[in-house]
Amino acid sequence: MRKFIFFVLVVSLVPVAAAQEKPTAFRGAIIHTIEGPPIENGVLLIEKGLIRAVGPAGSVAVPADAIVHDVTGKVILPGLVDTHSHIGRGDGGDASSALNPDVRILDAIDVRADNFKKALAGGITTVNVMPGSGHLMSGQTAYLKLRRANTINDMLFCDDPINGICGGMKMANGTNSIREKPFPGTRAKSAAMVRELFVKAQEYREKIRAAKGNPEKMPKRDLGMEALVQILEGRRVVHHHTHRHDDILTVLRLAKEFGFRVVLHHVSEAWKVADEIAKAGASCSIIVLDSPGGKLEAVDIRYETGAVLEKAGVPVAYHTDDGITDSRLFIRSAAFGVRAGMSRAKALEALTIVGARILDLDHRIGSLKPGKDADLIVLSGDPFSTYTVVEQTWVEGNKVFDRSNPEDLKYAVGGYDVYRTATSSDACEGGAE
Amino acid sequence: MKIFLAFLVFVCPAFSPAQIAVKGETVHTMAGAPIRNGVVLIKGTTIERVGPESEVAVPAGYRIMTARVVTPGLVDAHTTVGLSGIYNVPHDQMQLEKSDPIQPHLRAMDAYNPREDLVAWVRTLGVTTINTGHGPGALMSGTTMIAKTAGETVHEALVRPDAMVAFTLGSSVSRNFKSPGTRAKGMAMLRQEFLKAQEYMKKMQARDPDKRPARDLALDMVAGILRGEITALITAQTAPEIMSALRLQKEFGFRMVLDGAAEAYLVPGEIKAAGVPVILHPTMVRTGDETKNASFTTAAKLRDAGIRFAIQSGYEGYVPKVRVVLFEAAVAAANGLSFEDALRSVTIDAARILGVEARVGSLERGKDADVVLFDGDPFEYTTRTCAVIINGAIVSETCR
Repeated sequence: MRKFIFFVLVVSLVPVAAAQEKPTAFRGAIIHTIEGPPIENGVLLIEKGLIRAVGPAGSVAVPADAIVHDVTGKVILPGLVDTHSHIGRGDGGDASSALNPDVRILDAIDVRADNFKKALAGGITTVNVMPGSGHLMSGQTAYLKLRRANTINDMLFCDDPINGICGGMKMANGTNSIREKPFPGTRAKSAAMVRELFVKAQEYREKIRAAKGNPEKMPKRDLGMEALVQILEGRRVVHHHTHRHDDILTVLRLAKEFGFRVVLHHVSEAWKVADEIAKAGASCSIIVLDSPGGKLEAVDIRYETGAVLEKAGVPVAYHTDDGITDSRLFIRSAAFGVRAGMSRAKALEALTIVGARILDLDHRIGSLKPGKDADLIVLSGDPFSTYTVVEQTWVEGNKVFDRSNPEDLKYAVGGYDVYRTATSSDACEGGAE
Repeated sequence: MKIFLAFLVFVCPAFSPAQIAVKGETVHTMAGAPIRNGVVLIKGTTIERVGPESEVAVPAGYRIMTARVVTPGLVDAHTTVGLSGIYNVPHDQMQLEKSDPIQPHLRAMDAYNPREDLVAWVRTLGVTTINTGHGPGALMSGTTMIAKTAGETVHEALVRPDAMVAFTLGSSVSRNFKSPGTRAKGMAMLRQEFLKAQEYMKKMQARDPDKRPARDLALDMVAGILRGEITALITAQTAPEIMSALRLQKEFGFRMVLDGAAEAYLVPGEIKAAGVPVILHPTMVRTGDETKNASFTTAAKLRDAGIRFAIQSGYEGYVPKVRVVLFEAAVAAANGLSFEDALRSVTIDAARILGVEARVGSLERGKDADVVLFDGDPFEYTTRTCAVIINGAIVSETCR
């Protein structure tokens, strides 16, 4: 009997909730689908973890058995996509090498880390968790859906955590990765080391091609080379930390030489080389800092970066770089973009669909479109107002944050013993920003 | 003659006193209810008159500036800007001297750079008065000073040199010094220092000058604290550290401001009973270590407890290298603090805690003409600071 009770307890504690059984409808809110203009007095219908329909009141048939939430006066957005974060207490490459293509952060993430709750309180439902920037290549990143999770498998987008492509590749140039040997001592050396690595990867790929599927002729397995070949083939995206205008151009040069798909991260000085970025067809994932400086490469960071990139036609997403900025204040970053001239529409896209595209996940997330995942947030008002709060966060049809519940509210505001595992040293050790 | 006229044209604006009328759809004077369609008349370096446009006529020759919202120049009750600089390299980080954990005699004005880019940054966003100087991280790190964010030299900027001595309690001190290695040792060292200063003061009163001890700059400063000439600004984040600070104050009876106070919500009654004001950590402070338990709602809780408080920008070791009190107050206003109380925390209430309310913190006749013009609710993320006036001079006119 005791065993049975124990079993029941364990089962009921398993946090991975099944997708909701009954259809759920949200009525009355202003809905920003991101697919088109905002819908006043909209209806959003979700079922079995997916979006079934969205449109103005009257245009969406709500099934009789649906659970209906009246959210009149509220604002609904897709769940937010944070393209660069360090939540989850993961790590990456160690001090033995500047280049760690074989290292995966998914092997090091703690799904119970309480800073995931910070992200949910901030309306974030998908996050690219990255190793730090203290290496030229610090490892493979992980794209995570912030479902209630018991194991890392419950959070991943990929089906196969062993051989699948479950994220991108984190790279960095500039001062963060310039260190004592075996790290580079200069910028030119940094670029040379990256080029040497990719040349090896090209040779490795040639050997695979030459083998023409014959297992006996295949090169010896090399985990790092395998990941690099995925990059060369455009199947794995490079997420590149870079700040200074010349470092940005170096990244674009390397991407062109080896033909890899790159997202430029932070890019403090992107506003100086926006046209070059546009011409290269790269996307940017940017950060907002309240003031410039704090490190040499960020002395010219501007609130205007988003607006300048928008004008140049560069796809822009915002990111938190949590713990550099706080996941609970993610929307604030895009609001500062608006403050400095970005359009409201592009600023909303920068929190949602552009991030989804950057992660190659726009078929599943980033907008409220029938067939996509039912990830959404309910806001108390104008997304860009200081006074607006995230009231609810839903992931695949499950409510995972509810501000009206004191147990959830505490993660939104903080307080005594609320966050037990997150410390400020996380941010610095990871070499974030 | 023509040359003479040209000369006049160039020179006169510099010598003629400013005559500016700032009109705002809403003027938050912080001395009474906000004025709808108000006007602030500035003559020279001070405020000449404040009132509704219907009552205050703008004299001829005044330059008229308009804004949706007008506030007093913002007062940052505690920062290190000007000692800590934008590059974050050793030569521009002057907020903490690590040769000794007790050095109260290090003067802020001997290290302040009025041309620091980050001073300009906060000025452009509306911060006109700062209590800046030595930072947290030592038992006594040195003094702070009160300055305007304008001025080519520290002397032009100064409102009050040696306003406070910066203390820090808690484990963060042990990260910078071999000793104290513990919090209890830190307290013991501070108590010893106060006892030494008491002794020093007694000996200094000896009738025979030959029997007086040699002058000691550090003990002079601690004696100044004991005599009430300079305030102790004690950074204490956790509840035990806050209680240590209050105990120290009770034992030696000095004027004190509690700084940081991340866990103030655990001991509001004790803080209230001690009668000390609080200069609260920035609302968006990075949480971890001593600030692990910081909450967005602490400002609101201090208000509820009837504790006088201001919100600070604090010290940042990394990015953002300086915080902006306007933004910190905004997040407090979004977390239970009223608009009015949030604005007070970075204007008049901050000025009162710093003891400079006779000059700054509100828009009233005779006060320094420090005025900020916004294109909307100052706390909205999307509102921009469009002009800043310090001592009657327009120091920025670009919306940021």
